[in-house]
Amino acid sequence: MTSLLETRQLSKSFGALVVTSDVDFRLETGARHALIGPNGAGKTTLINLITGRLQPSRGNILIAGEDVTSTSQAARVKRGLGRTFQINMLFRELTVLENVVMTVSEHRGRAGDMFRYAFSRRDIVAEAYELLERLRLGEDALRKVREIAYGRQRLVEIAIALALKPKVLLLDEPAAGVPSAESQLILDVMAELPPDIAVLIIEHDMDLVMRFAQRITVLVQGAVLTEGTPAEVMADPRVREVYLGEHHHG
Amino acid sequence: MVLPLPLTRSKPTAESPVEFMARSHRLRWYELLPWVVAAGAFLVYPSYLALGAQVMIMVLFALSLDLIMGYAGIVTLGHAAFFGVGAYTAGLLAVHGWGEPISALFVSAAVAGVVGAISGYIVLRTTGLTLLMLTLAVVSMLNEAANKAGSITGGADGLQGITLQPLLGLFRFDLYGRVAYIYCALVLFAVWLLVRLLVHSPFGRSLTGVRENLVRMHAIGAPVHRRMVTAYAIGAALAGIAGALQAQTTQFVALNVMSFDLSGAVLIMLILGGVGRLYGAFLGAPLYMVAQDMLSRLDPVYWFFWIGLLLVMVVMFARGGVLGVGDVIWHRLKK
Repeated sequence: MTSLLETRQLSKSFGALVVTSDVDFRLETGARHALIGPNGAGKTTLINLITGRLQPSRGNILIAGEDVTSTSQAARVKRGLGRTFQINMLFRELTVLENVVMTVSEHRGRAGDMFRYAFSRRDIVAEAYELLERLRLGEDALRKVREIAYGRQRLVEIAIALALKPKVLLLDEPAAGVPSAESQLILDVMAELPPDIAVLIIEHDMDLVMRFAQRITVLVQGAVLTEGTPAEVMADPRVREVYLGEHHHG
Repeated sequence: MVLPLPLTRSKPTAESPVEFMARSHRLRWYELLPWVVAAGAFLVYPSYLALGAQVMIMVLFALSLDLIMGYAGIVTLGHAAFFGVGAYTAGLLAVHGWGEPISALFVSAAVAGVVGAISGYIVLRTTGLTLLMLTLAVVSMLNEAANKAGSITGGADGLQGITLQPLLGLFRFDLYGRVAYIYCALVLFAVWLLVRLLVHSPFGRSLTGVRENLVRMHAIGAPVHRRMVTAYAIGAALAGIAGALQAQTTQFVALNVMSFDLSGAVLIMLILGGVGRLYGAFLGAPLYMVAQDMLSRLDPVYWFFWIGLLLVMVVMFARGGVLGVGDVIWHRLKK
């Protein structure tokens, strides 16, 4: 079966510093996969390589069997790759609804239209608003992003990614910096993600990882240490030693 | 922000956000104020119509810069390059027998737009200081080219011998500047309608996205470079129209239409009025020209010092320009 996302011997170096080393990785339809590892393991770099923000030094990236290694970020988005950022990358001076409308317009190929008003396309605005309501953001739709709580801004990140109707969704620490009361909301939203899309999540909150992921890949110093179900990974003594900081004896 | 269109809603109402947004582009009464002022000035100051036409040309020029800088976030020191290309195109057409003014405007816009597209394709691959220097290089190179090609452009003596046919075959350009004033007002009105539509179109909103967060625009799959080059070329074409109007109404093209000085002046006009607000050009250009006129009479030698001081005051205490100050006052009154 063709994977929705695949990397083959993906590597990235900055001079002598190797940040990603021969990463082989696959995501199938409907996958709920977590990428974990200590700080500096190269998790965000891997996401940036997959999305095209960084060019790999070696290796290949395939989306639905098609090699996209040398294509632009925009081309990868068109092939079904959506992402959120570890640090919010939103249009802070625009309203929540505008953020999503702009994304829906881009996805539908209407964002280059010059001779009609952006919000006169009721179908596009309605699609964006429905998505916001689904993510419990309806009441914030007409507020500027910078005016809403940080936890809700994280939800706007997810809303923008979902507005692209991705086949593969990469969530870079979606609950980072979010108070625990609001992180439950993010978990609820993640639980309701369309079942047919593949989701890869980077997260430090192990409780969230355990509740969400069906499989886990552990990355250490840019290389894959192990991969398996949450139970398998947690039982692996190397993971406890490297990731959880416990020393394995015997 | 009050101007140009409110897209936020502070109090919940029964109206759905979809409907609220759908009517957000409706014309507001205050958007008609510049045209009321222009009509009033025509009636009240009949002996200042030539100056009025010049003010409107500068408004148009600043408006074209606002599209590039205010909406797309492209900071440039070379915008006068396109004003100059438009001016020389219209001037040379008229000198060589193409005296019909309206078609010459379109040709000037097209030539300036092509120059904008070509130079934009190259310079917009860079950002920050490199971009600033490259835009400065473009205007300097074109200025020097016009200077060297004296046999065609008139060089430092300027392009002379521009003769225009009557507007629409009916209205001859008169000494009092009445026809020129109305001509400039109508062209400015048409360009304003176009730019207003553009900045509120999906294309215009995506330019705002480019200005606000480039990383995010890439992540939603926007062809960022193509959008920026398109905006740059449109801004260049509109600046070309302003330059063509200048050549046609003054019947002379001097080398300084394509200078760093003019690029700087239009930048100051826009900053004074307010960047990225569509109407900053309508306030900044007249304010700059009136200030220039008054200060150069009061202090003929050091008048530019006072313009500089005015700019420093605006940048330090009124970063949104005159419109920004208006915003602050409006919000305080509302509270």
